[in-house]
Amino acid sequence: MSRLDLSPRLTAPDAFLAALTERLRGLDEAETRAFSARLILLLANQVGDQAALEEALEIAAGGQEA
Amino acid sequence: MHSTYAYPRFGYRRSPDQDAPERARHPVVIVGAGPVGLSTAIDLALQGVRVVVLDEDDTVSIGSRAVCYAKRSLDIWDRLGVAAPMVAKGVGWQHGKVFHHDHLVYEFNLLPESGHKMPAFINLQQYYLEDYLVQRARGLPNIELRWKHKVLGVAPAEDGVTLQVETPDGVHALEAEWLVAADGARSAIRRQLGLEFKGQVFRDRFLIADVVMQGDFPAERWFWFDPPFHREQSALLHKQSDNVWRIDLQLGWDADPEEEQKPERVIPRLKAMLGEDKPFELEWVSIYTFQCRRLDRFVHGRVLFVGDAAHQVSPFGARGANSGLQDAENLAWKLRLVLDGLAPAGLLESYDAERVLAADENILNSTRSTDFITPKTPMARALRDAVLDLARDHAFARPLVNSGRLSMPSTYADSALNTPDAAGEDFAGAMVPGAPCTDAPVLKEGRPAWLLEQLGFDFTAMLFAETPAQAQAVAAWAARQAIPVRVLAVAPDAATAAACAAAGLPAVEDHGGLVARRYDARPGTLHLIRPDQHVAARRRRFDPAAFDDALARATGRAPAALEHAA
Repeated sequence: MSRLDLSPRLTAPDAFLAALTERLRGLDEAETRAFSARLILLLANQVGDQAALEEALEIAAGGQEA
Repeated sequence: MHSTYAYPRFGYRRSPDQDAPERARHPVVIVGAGPVGLSTAIDLALQGVRVVVLDEDDTVSIGSRAVCYAKRSLDIWDRLGVAAPMVAKGVGWQHGKVFHHDHLVYEFNLLPESGHKMPAFINLQQYYLEDYLVQRARGLPNIELRWKHKVLGVAPAEDGVTLQVETPDGVHALEAEWLVAADGARSAIRRQLGLEFKGQVFRDRFLIADVVMQGDFPAERWFWFDPPFHREQSALLHKQSDNVWRIDLQLGWDADPEEEQKPERVIPRLKAMLGEDKPFELEWVSIYTFQCRRLDRFVHGRVLFVGDAAHQVSPFGARGANSGLQDAENLAWKLRLVLDGLAPAGLLESYDAERVLAADENILNSTRSTDFITPKTPMARALRDAVLDLARDHAFARPLVNSGRLSMPSTYADSALNTPDAAGEDFAGAMVPGAPCTDAPVLKEGRPAWLLEQLGFDFTAMLFAETPAQAQAVAAWAARQAIPVRVLAVAPDAATAAACAAAGLPAVEDHGGLVARRYDARPGTLHLIRPDQHVAARRRRFDPAAFDDALARATGRAPAALEHAA
């Protein structure tokens, strides 16, 4: 059974994507990496559960949903 | 360079084997008089096994090398009667701090609870450690230490191994029923047998320096990522004995190992760290790279590999010597039972299974630490730096900071030697079958003592006794076993302990209730403990048939119940 919630959950999808894009605007490659790394860690901690995180890693890598 | 330690020369002595008309045959020959080889020898000797130890050199470790010894190693050395001088000479510690740039990002405490005889860790130069082990070994009639004896070749056979040994007097041959290869990371025996040592080499170089100074730092493990004094690299500081401080500085893969060892290169790096005006003297310098690798199997017929000869880890986490010690204690009792004809040689398969798994656990942990310290890709580096950035202000990121996960003994949770808990019996806590026993304070004959001191070299049936009669029933069972089993009555009060002792049974009083708490014991609970102080089985009530099976299983003999069923 899937633990990662893949149903739409974002309360303001357009606003989130816009804010994320805005944050990345003007960053060079190293700054983008640093920003993305911090964001991944913050969000991963919010998810918490290792099985859910591994599922996210799998989907992000292009694999099939478990 | 300065020296705080005078290296002993043990000297070559001609052995009777060299003049014997026929080739000498020994029950056990151990090659390598390092911490693991010597400890294996002492453990076997104290169990009545005669041991010959061969070493190509005749002194102790050159340089401080391993330095950090964990509580479990000290527990083992205490059983071997050699921990006291180590703890007295060593620097005890349990706290670690991790810095990023110049601020603290993470702290840990390796032994947050009290009530243990041994400290969480000691730092001690390896030459002192080996010195104490050699002194201990020399006091034991069952051990013969042969220095300047270099093994040139080994020829394994069905029932033993023939060794060609070179000494200053020439080459002679001798035979061993069992050969223990404790000859280190560059094991000659491993090479002679053509065994593959598979794993990973890390593309990084580290400078290690021993510095003599009056230090202002506490006895803690301090680790820096990208500190102001050593930009873009890591640094580690540890206090050792005699005002000797161990400093590790990451140099990167491109560093030239010859150049970087020169004092004119080393001293400016140390001055940047310690301060321009801080007086210090350089005692020892070395440059090293890391590898994490192991043999496929640690048991090859009559050749048994222990320590670095069997597996190698990166040093972050102090998992090298400490895991080697656990190999030694795991092997010694099994080999002794096999030699005494009390267990089948198949028991040694459990040495292979348990310690290969432990090596994998150590390699996994030390690889993760090394990957954190030496990120392999730009994004891995970004993730590592993000952890360190976030850890400064946010608690969630601190457990991700990995400067080394320090050595803990393995729990052999899936070992074939374990007897699973009975259905319906629930136990809480860490003392599951396969777990290494934890210590606790007790009273013996009214005087303070420690639980682990009571366990000895045989199996122990540890009973939480309400009455002497209960303990006598267990003792009667133990007396019927071919395998030696000691009984230990852990009594809830002084009167019960005294009554058990009066009935001739070893007994302690669990005056603080900590034994019961740490083992989740109730009156009548019985733990069967292996000679290496790992739990083999536990039951809420004593049942002789169940413990017959448990003891058979723990010694590699098919349990009676299973045989009947089959």
